[in-house]
Amino acid sequence: MATKDPILKVKDFNVEFWVDGVWYPAAINMNFEVAAGEVLAIVGESGSGKSTTAMGLMGLLADNARTSGSVLVKGTEMLNQPLSTIRKFRGKEVAYIFQEPMTALNPVYTVGFQIVEVLRNHFEMGPQVAKQRAIELLTMVEIPEPERSFDKYPHQLSGGQRQRAMIAQSLACDPALLIADEPTTALDVTVQAEILDLMRNLKDKLNSAVLLITHDMGVVADLSDRILVMKDGLTVEENTSDIIFNKPKHPYTQSLLASVPKLGSIKARSLAAASVKAEPVLEVQDLVIEYPKSGRIPAFRAVDGVTFSIQPGEILGLVGESGSGKTTVGRATIGLLPVHEGSIKILGEEIAGAKMRDLKKIRQHTGIVFQDPASSLNPRLPIGESIGEPIYLAGLAKGDELNTKVEDLLDSVELPRSYRNRYPHELSGGQKQRVGIARALALSPNLLIADEPTSALDVSVQARFLDLLQELQDRLKFACLFITHDIGVVDILAHRIAVMQYGKLVEIGPRDQILNKPKELYTKTLLAAVPVPDPKEQKKRREARARLLAGI
Amino acid sequence: MAINSKKTKKAAAEVEQNSEVGKDVIQIQGLSQGQIIRKKFFAHKPAVAGLIFMILFTLFVFSASGIHLGSEKDPFTIQGWWKFAHTDTILTSDCPTGCPTWNHPMGYVPTQAKDYFALVMRGSEISLMVMVVIGSLGGLIGTVMGSVSGFFGGIIDAVMMRFTDFIITVPSILIGAVIGYRMGNLGVLPLAVFLGLFAWTGLTRLVRGEFLSLREREFVDAARVAGASNTRIIFKHILPNSVGVIIVSTTLLLSGAILTETGLSFLGFGVQYPDVSLGVLISEHQGEFIYAPWLFWWPGVIIVAIALSINFIGDGLRDAFDPRQRRQLKRKDYLAKTSTRDAVNKK
Repeated sequence: MATKDPILKVKDFNVEFWVDGVWYPAAINMNFEVAAGEVLAIVGESGSGKSTTAMGLMGLLADNARTSGSVLVKGTEMLNQPLSTIRKFRGKEVAYIFQEPMTALNPVYTVGFQIVEVLRNHFEMGPQVAKQRAIELLTMVEIPEPERSFDKYPHQLSGGQRQRAMIAQSLACDPALLIADEPTTALDVTVQAEILDLMRNLKDKLNSAVLLITHDMGVVADLSDRILVMKDGLTVEENTSDIIFNKPKHPYTQSLLASVPKLGSIKARSLAAASVKAEPVLEVQDLVIEYPKSGRIPAFRAVDGVTFSIQPGEILGLVGESGSGKTTVGRATIGLLPVHEGSIKILGEEIAGAKMRDLKKIRQHTGIVFQDPASSLNPRLPIGESIGEPIYLAGLAKGDELNTKVEDLLDSVELPRSYRNRYPHELSGGQKQRVGIARALALSPNLLIADEPTSALDVSVQARFLDLLQELQDRLKFACLFITHDIGVVDILAHRIAVMQYGKLVEIGPRDQILNKPKELYTKTLLAAVPVPDPKEQKKRREARARLLAGI
Repeated sequence: MAINSKKTKKAAAEVEQNSEVGKDVIQIQGLSQGQIIRKKFFAHKPAVAGLIFMILFTLFVFSASGIHLGSEKDPFTIQGWWKFAHTDTILTSDCPTGCPTWNHPMGYVPTQAKDYFALVMRGSEISLMVMVVIGSLGGLIGTVMGSVSGFFGGIIDAVMMRFTDFIITVPSILIGAVIGYRMGNLGVLPLAVFLGLFAWTGLTRLVRGEFLSLREREFVDAARVAGASNTRIIFKHILPNSVGVIIVSTTLLLSGAILTETGLSFLGFGVQYPDVSLGVLISEHQGEFIYAPWLFWWPGVIIVAIALSINFIGDGLRDAFDPRQRRQLKRKDYLAKTSTRDAVNKK
């Protein structure tokens, strides 16, 4: 399949950034080649320099970066060449697929226009011919109704469709090299599986070389031929997928693989009998939440008749794709969204229609960890103050007493006490999320709501975070509603799992039953779409999924 | 260059020392947002220099010419230390062209038979007062209106924004003219107050915009869950995040205030003879720039100095509130050697 002459040849490639008066190396002595029809995956945690490498290859880095070494694309040097030379290659020979399709597509132009633009930039092509070709491309990436989608704006497409449109745009000129920077990170598992299928088919069809940048070992197992593991800007290990997954040599690769949650690899956690009999901490009954109509847009029913309860000390995993209403349930539970119908009771107190003052009292028994640690901490507030705020506002402590409490909380989430005077941007994503937990646990709540707390974290950071959460939960015995789209995470933590789709509860039951003997078809497809970090196993799962989907 | 790098090294050493000291402090107590901001502001050298200059200059000006408030009929006056007042007529000068001498350190205006130092002091006093009144009134109203409007949204936002639109349509020079005409005899203070009452519109719009985007951020929800009231969310959580916009806009408002006042005075509605302001002094003496340049230079230099200090103070405040700052990359930096990761991490 792979031809001898490599499409991309990178030699002694270095990237450095100017940080606080010194050059900080982001990628050091990178050497790799990608041949036509081959997929090379660069794997590493955030900050390992994998994205920087990908951007640096075509000179897309910020002004405070400098590069050295040699990057040959089809034998032509790309590094530090005049822009006019590079521009001929960008888009035509080398195409990018970015992580976030919403920001990578221009929101004020139609998808079709953006594809036509690429075509007409590189070929002498009339508008009609270009449009035909664009529709052809949209058909190739399996967008429904390509003729109509041509005239749609990015916001009118779903996340998966946007990513397809991005891929169509990047394939417009039959590029010899496709650089995919975390192409599926922003997508749901089921959509991710579809996009991966699409990329695999297209790669075989077009015989392009693919450079895949990702932190998701499941995606790597699904797609790649060879793997390059990066850590702190250095190449740790490079080999074929089989060898990396089955006989990793370097300890870092081993630990990276070990931290990936694997479905069904852990025994179920049992709940103490006493807490099963006790009064539930959270009782949700026939919950309906609507986003009111605004202008001509009719009211949208985000949550429709959801019923569940959580016992003291129990972790309930709430799983679903984006748009299934799981986050809405979480936010309503803590009184951030008005309840349309039904009831939510926390420790027997009704939240639906509660007054501000009552709500404030109930909230002292609850805590919430938000999805995006960058957004959920006030950037202008030192983290010590962020953590101490609930205690201060509840009037429980002030001054020195508050300080000791904040210190205790920092200790409990394993952050150094000296961090309390730091601002959020001085912390890494994992550390910020620890601060989020510390704040949520400040009032020792009976109920913790965790809204996708790990979705922004690396696998190894996620593993440490989940360990910490489990340990804290064992110690403090709070009940937890853990909202996530990642079934692998729920598998580690939850006692019970609830699955949501289109605002309705599809299935709820003990973890083992949901993971091993799901009753509903939707749960089955959801489980089948999760990629497993093992190329052979993943191939089997892929075929099983194809059969399952064919059955529908 | 060499001196510069030495200075930066020294500064870096100081910062390191400070952070060492800081670490010891941290072990005992955590710092609140306010404490950190204060510390960072006072570490900002230009801002501190600006602040010191403003304080000293204000004291100097007000003590030199004394305090003159109230109307002409019912004046309230404290005499200053300078021997001449701006109303005094002095018939002789040591220098025939009116150049600066020991007796008249900033020169002498033969056409008006006045000591120029007294005029400049009085002008600075008026200009400072106009600036402070317009700036603080406009800044305060603008910030509060914008915050409330952007935070609550809905009907409150709609009503307040239409009111703002209405105010924008009224030209401030016209307001000034009317007020100056009706109340010119009350002195410059009422005029400044009225101008301030119409100067907040631009700031309101900007602050509202900031609030609209900031209130959707999750940290606002987090604060609400923590039990924060609306007032606390507005002033403690969102406002510090929009401080950049407020400061830049208010700084512009202050320099704009000098211009508005000068314009009004030029039209004959603002500061009236025998009172003066810096703007009036410049516009009066711009024709004499060639043969009596000191008459132009003194008020000009003072306006520039005031505007610069205010800008520096504003910069310092903005940087103190903003936890992230970036330095521009210089050409020689591109040639610098690569550091190791450990060294950077230690930093």
